[in-house]
Amino acid sequence: MSTLAISYPERGADWRLPSRGRVGMYCLIAAEAAIFTIFVVAYLFYVGKSIDGPLPKDVLHAPIFYTVCLLSSSLTVHLAVRRAKSGEMGAFARWWLATMLLGGTFLFGTAREWAHLILDEGLTVSTNLFGTTYYSLVGLHAFHVTVGLLALLAVTAFYFAGDLRPEHAERVEILAMYWHFVDAVWVVVFTVVYVIGV
Amino acid sequence: MFAPVSTPAGSIFGLSIFVLVTVTAIFVAVFALLAYTVVRFRKRRDADNSEPVQIYGSTQVELAWTVIPVLIVVALFLAAARVIAEVQDLTRPPGALEVVVTGHQYWWEYRYPQLNIVTANELHVPVSDATHPGATFLTLLSADTDHSFWVPRLAGKTDLIPNHPNQMWIDPHETGVFLGQCAQYCGTQHAKMLLRVYVQSREEFERWVRDQQQTPKSDATSRGQRVFESTACVNCHTISGTAAKGRFGPDLTHLMSRDTIAAGAAKNTPEQLRLWIRNPDAIKPGSKMPAMGLNDEDVAAVAAYLETLR
Amino acid sequence: MMAGNTVALSDITPVRPLTVRLHEWVTTVDHKRLGILYILFGLVFLALGGIEATIMRLQLIRAHNDLVSPQVFNRMFTMHGTTMIFFVAMPLVFGFANYLVPLMIGARDMAFPRLNAFSFWMTALGGLFLYFSFLGGDGLYGAGSAPDVGWFAYAPLTAKTFSVGHSTDYWILALLSSGIGSIGTAINLIATIVSMRCPGMTLGKMPLLVWLNLVMASLVILAVSPLTAAQIMLLIDRYLGAHFFDTQAGGSAVIWMHFFWIFGHPEVYVLVLPAFAFASEIIPVFSRKAIFGYSVMVLASIAIGFIGMSVWAHHMFTVGMSAGANTFFVLSTMAIAVPTGIKIFNWLATMWGGRILFATPMMFCVAFLFQFLIAGLTGVTLAVAPLDWQLGNSYYVVAHFHYVIVGGILFCIFAAFYYWLPKASGRMYNEALGKLHFWLFFIGFHLTFDFMHVPGILGMPRRIYTYEPGRGWDIWNLIVTIGVAFQAAGILVFAVNLIWTCWRGKLAGNDPWDAWTLEWLTSSPPPAYNYAVIPEVRSRRPLWDLKHPEDPDWRYE
Repeated sequence: MSTLAISYPERGADWRLPSRGRVGMYCLIAAEAAIFTIFVVAYLFYVGKSIDGPLPKDVLHAPIFYTVCLLSSSLTVHLAVRRAKSGEMGAFARWWLATMLLGGTFLFGTAREWAHLILDEGLTVSTNLFGTTYYSLVGLHAFHVTVGLLALLAVTAFYFAGDLRPEHAERVEILAMYWHFVDAVWVVVFTVVYVIGV
Repeated sequence: MFAPVSTPAGSIFGLSIFVLVTVTAIFVAVFALLAYTVVRFRKRRDADNSEPVQIYGSTQVELAWTVIPVLIVVALFLAAARVIAEVQDLTRPPGALEVVVTGHQYWWEYRYPQLNIVTANELHVPVSDATHPGATFLTLLSADTDHSFWVPRLAGKTDLIPNHPNQMWIDPHETGVFLGQCAQYCGTQHAKMLLRVYVQSREEFERWVRDQQQTPKSDATSRGQRVFESTACVNCHTISGTAAKGRFGPDLTHLMSRDTIAAGAAKNTPEQLRLWIRNPDAIKPGSKMPAMGLNDEDVAAVAAYLETLR
Repeated sequence: MMAGNTVALSDITPVRPLTVRLHEWVTTVDHKRLGILYILFGLVFLALGGIEATIMRLQLIRAHNDLVSPQVFNRMFTMHGTTMIFFVAMPLVFGFANYLVPLMIGARDMAFPRLNAFSFWMTALGGLFLYFSFLGGDGLYGAGSAPDVGWFAYAPLTAKTFSVGHSTDYWILALLSSGIGSIGTAINLIATIVSMRCPGMTLGKMPLLVWLNLVMASLVILAVSPLTAAQIMLLIDRYLGAHFFDTQAGGSAVIWMHFFWIFGHPEVYVLVLPAFAFASEIIPVFSRKAIFGYSVMVLASIAIGFIGMSVWAHHMFTVGMSAGANTFFVLSTMAIAVPTGIKIFNWLATMWGGRILFATPMMFCVAFLFQFLIAGLTGVTLAVAPLDWQLGNSYYVVAHFHYVIVGGILFCIFAAFYYWLPKASGRMYNEALGKLHFWLFFIGFHLTFDFMHVPGILGMPRRIYTYEPGRGWDIWNLIVTIGVAFQAAGILVFAVNLIWTCWRGKLAGNDPWDAWTLEWLTSSPPPAYNYAVIPEVRSRRPLWDLKHPEDPDWRYE
């Protein structure tokens, strides 16, 4: 004796619930947003409290170009997803690669900025409160960009192996949601670090 | 906390009676309901297996037991808010006695800036009575980790947090010695960071102040003082009038004016003093005072020297 | 073993080699097996945490005792707290959630089975990190030692200057690892509950256990993440010379407290909401009545979740916040008493007019009601900030939170064990042993935690390895310690009962309690796929509808 089914014949076909992948990704985004919030709170709390050392207004230059790159990558990933949904896998791949290129450029910009700050300005994570909060917040974001790029790379690998098909469009869309989140976080980080904190 | 001798503790005590009565009443009422339910509605042995009437809810009942708790919450909140304001927002009257308390691992440093006194571990304050009303205001600092100043009969506890100065006040209206201890885990010997507050009459307090303001005579030829000054003792301790100007450990200038040593961990007797100097871990294992490795004669000499510091 | 013409599956299945069976358990992604793994893990660490508590209580049995050194004692209270919260209570809660939620919503597994397994093993890794510290805590060249900074690890005690060696780092790694596991499980629970309910089960028809686990999972996502962030900051401070909590460089010790308690307070709701879930399922069945006020119970649970995120600084009343800030947190903390009280009244109303059967699960639930009432009221006294200025950081607080966690949460967990053990094992537990467990533990609990309030009121702070004679604390500490013996005996009886059940318990059948939620539809234990045909439901009590076709619930809901 295993189960006794109760069934009401009228139901069944019209029972639709949100996709679990989508819900799962929203939850992940919520958790990550909470982590970033704490780093942002720490950053704002410590603005102006460094005892000595380089100050933001002396050493920071807003990375406008690289920001434009990253935010544009949201547009390209959105276009890639649309192509995947309509089955145009070639166009999808082109927009997807453009996204990765823009994301990679952003990371390169961060690396350049850090090299300048460390080597030319002598600012490290242990210099003062500004150094501590700056590298942690920007670094946490860069880490998430890196993870995102690796995920995008995995999808690219699937594409080139011939395994990516239009029915995977929803999964690709869910990954794109993560990418949008990473870009949205940058809007907040940019505002906090280069506008409010300077 | 139920035998307050100072206004902050007294305000808290008054509030606690109101709160206690309220929660006891709630407890009695709900417990009675629970007990009644459990007895009255238990399944009888002879009962059949039919199900009782299924009741799914009742809006009126839900409303009732939402509104009443909300009213109770509002009452308790207002009572609390009043005492918070009373205790925290008191403006310091001019001429009030000021003490700067610095918490260390595992002892208390007291500085009286208006009187030029530095002492440790035993806090002396004047009583606040009809002839001389007046509070003592404590500024709370920390040299290392978090601590908390708690003498229940005088006031609620307030923490000592590095880089975060705090204020509290007491106005004890009874003389006596009031006990407490550090109430925020600060490291290995948190348990023996004890507090002794000596509330004295005006005359006694002023006598104590005068004694503390004296500088003891320094005799550089005394063996004890020589051992003290040439050993690492001076790195941690201050004795006015000598070369000892260390700030890491308690000021010893008037050590013999205290009833206890090691922040209350031991009585200030000759045996305990010698034991403490020879082997602090025997009294307070994990305290920051190291055993100085002195031989017996040197220990006796240093102790004899310290015993001259009244 | 035959009972009528029913045969246990285990009797007709050939036995496979032990290595094969163990390998299946280690690689399982089945929510039921992972649930059992979580629960067994929690029970093992309950024993460890209990030993740590026993050592502390023996040391405190009289003034100036020297059973253990202060260094050892300080490690004991740190390990006891960390173990009980992260490696006992959380795993038990996640274990039951894992086991029950898919069954109760008519699903075959959780939304992400492999994430589920990953989350469990990350939690297990955390436990390993924490206890490895006993060996590796002082670094390569020192003798081992566990963390001794207290379970909430206040800065700057955790800075490299004050916490030399690696004991604090093991604490950090343990919590980072288990935190990742917790967030994974929370994501899984939410996705499962939102996306995998069987046809007909709208949100308003889910069992309350499912609702409460949904709110709990949301809290985990919002609350464990701040802890993770703070741990990362502490790690950067200790290893890269950063200054997040470095007061010498202008950093703030208070901000650690804010970050920790923004996690720490919702955490207790993470633990208590599933306890409420068990009570909400068990009390109706043993009172033979539907839960009173289902919608209000749902709203109250959501309210507790929301308000619970806004009360954290009531752990910081003595820190020196402004009068305004203190007053705000008094109000928010008091506010949470309202929905919590509403729940107690609804459970009472469920029992009112019922036909109460006092089997072991119900006995634990009734004790829970009594004890949670007291715990809530002592919480109200602490919410009044000026009273907290006296009672905070004293044994009164220790008594209060143990009243909630042991008297409230653990009692409900015991109830859940006895209620669902027949489903999971297919066998009934021994009722006499169950009642013996209850009475032993009840007596021990009250001896220890009722009297523990007194030394707190008399001025005894917490986290002290010894105390002075003559403060009037001695007799109370003695009574508190005696209670430990009874609790230990109770747990022993419980363990014996668990083993007895699996070996000698009578076959339980699908539905030994005549209950009403979907898990009682399928066999005991359920097959790996849970349901051969996914059920469809029309009310909150689908089995009531089946058993009472003339008077189904959906006519009244």
